[in-house]
Amino acid sequence: MSALLEIVGASKSFGGVFAVSDVDLSVQPGEMHCLIGPNGAGKSTLFKLVVGTYPPSAGRIVFRGSDITRAKPFARVGRGMSIKMQAPSVFKALPVRQNLHIALQDHVARHAIGAEEDRLLDILGLTDDADRPAGLLSHGQQQWLEIGMALALRPVLLLLDEPTAGLSPEETFRTGELVRRLNAEGMTMLIVEHDMAFVRQIATGVTVLHLGKVFARGSIDEIVADERVAEIYLGTPHGA
Amino acid sequence: MLHLLNGPQTMGNGRAFWACACLVLLAALIYPVFADPYDVGNFAYFLIWVFMALGLCLMWGYGGMLSFGQTFFFGIGGYAYGVLSVDLGSAYGMALGNFALAVLLAGVAAAILGYLMIYGRIGGVFFGIVTLAVTLALAYFLGQTAGPEWAIGKARLNGFNGMQGMSPLSLPWFGGDIDLEETPLYYFVLVLLVGTYLALRMLVNARFGNVLVALREDPQRTELLGYDVRRFQFGAFVIGSMLAAVSGVLYTAWGQFITPASIGLPAAAMPIVWVAFSGRSDLTAVLVGTFVLLAAFQTLTIYSEQAALILMGVILIVTVMFVPHGCFVGLGRIAAWLPRRGRTVRRPSAEVG
Repeated sequence: MSALLEIVGASKSFGGVFAVSDVDLSVQPGEMHCLIGPNGAGKSTLFKLVVGTYPPSAGRIVFRGSDITRAKPFARVGRGMSIKMQAPSVFKALPVRQNLHIALQDHVARHAIGAEEDRLLDILGLTDDADRPAGLLSHGQQQWLEIGMALALRPVLLLLDEPTAGLSPEETFRTGELVRRLNAEGMTMLIVEHDMAFVRQIATGVTVLHLGKVFARGSIDEIVADERVAEIYLGTPHGA
Repeated sequence: MLHLLNGPQTMGNGRAFWACACLVLLAALIYPVFADPYDVGNFAYFLIWVFMALGLCLMWGYGGMLSFGQTFFFGIGGYAYGVLSVDLGSAYGMALGNFALAVLLAGVAAAILGYLMIYGRIGGVFFGIVTLAVTLALAYFLGQTAGPEWAIGKARLNGFNGMQGMSPLSLPWFGGDIDLEETPLYYFVLVLLVGTYLALRMLVNARFGNVLVALREDPQRTELLGYDVRRFQFGAFVIGSMLAAVSGVLYTAWGQFITPASIGLPAAAMPIVWVAFSGRSDLTAVLVGTFVLLAAFQTLTIYSEQAALILMGVILIVTVMFVPHGCFVGLGRIAAWLPRRGRTVRRPSAEVG
């Protein structure tokens, strides 16, 4: 099976400093792939290369068989990606339902939008808050709403950047259940995360980044068993 | 299509609102029967400016782009109408052709300026600075066109004294054109304004308006939903600017003159005061607020123009500090809240009964 997303030799330097250096990564259809690593490992930079926030200094990004290395973010979304950035960014002044409507309006027939909004509100547990401004939701609810908006686009690949940032342990667990449910329904996902408990809860494949390079890759069990990964997480230099 | 008249982006979606709107329209339609033609002409004058305010409301209130350039396009529309009307005449419906051509010309200017700014990623405060700069440049440029060399065909631009001698708007008719002055002009402007208002309501409640308010809230999030935000900003800018040109043409046709003073700094600040005072986030608030403010301004101007200008400044400061959403948006929210409150108070007693 050919990969849904393929990153080949991607590098990104800022003023001569390489935040990401020669990274290869592929995500297979149906996979839930986690990108982990300590702070400053280059996870978010790599994520932004995939999203298209900025172009890579070198390398290629291929999505569904076409080269999207230079494509603008909206064009990537148009090809079937959907993205949730790290900080919750919902339309705070607009009601929750309208947030979903704006995401849905190009992807669902007009007469079916209302029912689809209701369905998503139910999945996200936001039915009672449908008419409140999104800015009044709790941090966790805003994160879920944003995941809902990302889902509304009917993506073939869902990109999540630290979906549990700032969440309580209970909210983190619920987010994990939501993500697992989506994956079980066939959604392919690439998730950047540093919360190892969360990664254990959800992941099928894991890539560990360290100092901008791929440090290790494998199944979650292999990664957890890898002592070198534990060392970089604890801040002890490898081999010291 | 008509279902888009009501929606999340407009205040006043219920039957009570539309009943009131119909009453106001009816009053406006029979007003000339009771008033003298001079007052009717004055009323037309107030309505003329509302197009420009609605245009700014669309760009700024809905799209988050504060343009100081409304009088730039007002001026282009007004001067273009003047030049076309002097050079091409206005017989056989040509006046309406000149109207359309002048607005189209302003649209082309808006497309060029808008493309350079929006696709050049000029945003935030710089958007205001660039639009103000081109507005002032046009006002100063037209101010120094007093010499006879500054003429387009037969049309002299006349520097600070401004252009004169263009014909009023006229409708082609079997027995000869009907000049639109005073009462006929009032009806013409009223019909145009009602049409514009309803069209804008549909626009902001449609897909376009949904994206526009989304990008006002968070452009990056909007782009990540798959929308090319620049296209929507560009569209709103061109439409809003063309509405300013509609005001410019109507103003020029109404008074049969236009001067650079209607473009320069004091004039350029006016639409911002009207829209901020009324409540930039809603078309109806801007429509009503602008009309009320213009009527108040003119009443004051009879006593002292300086006092009226100072009052406008005070109103802007007070609005920004104490009613940041705008006075008429505030009133609209109270009007929407009162009946709900009435229901919640009544309900328990009904249950007891």
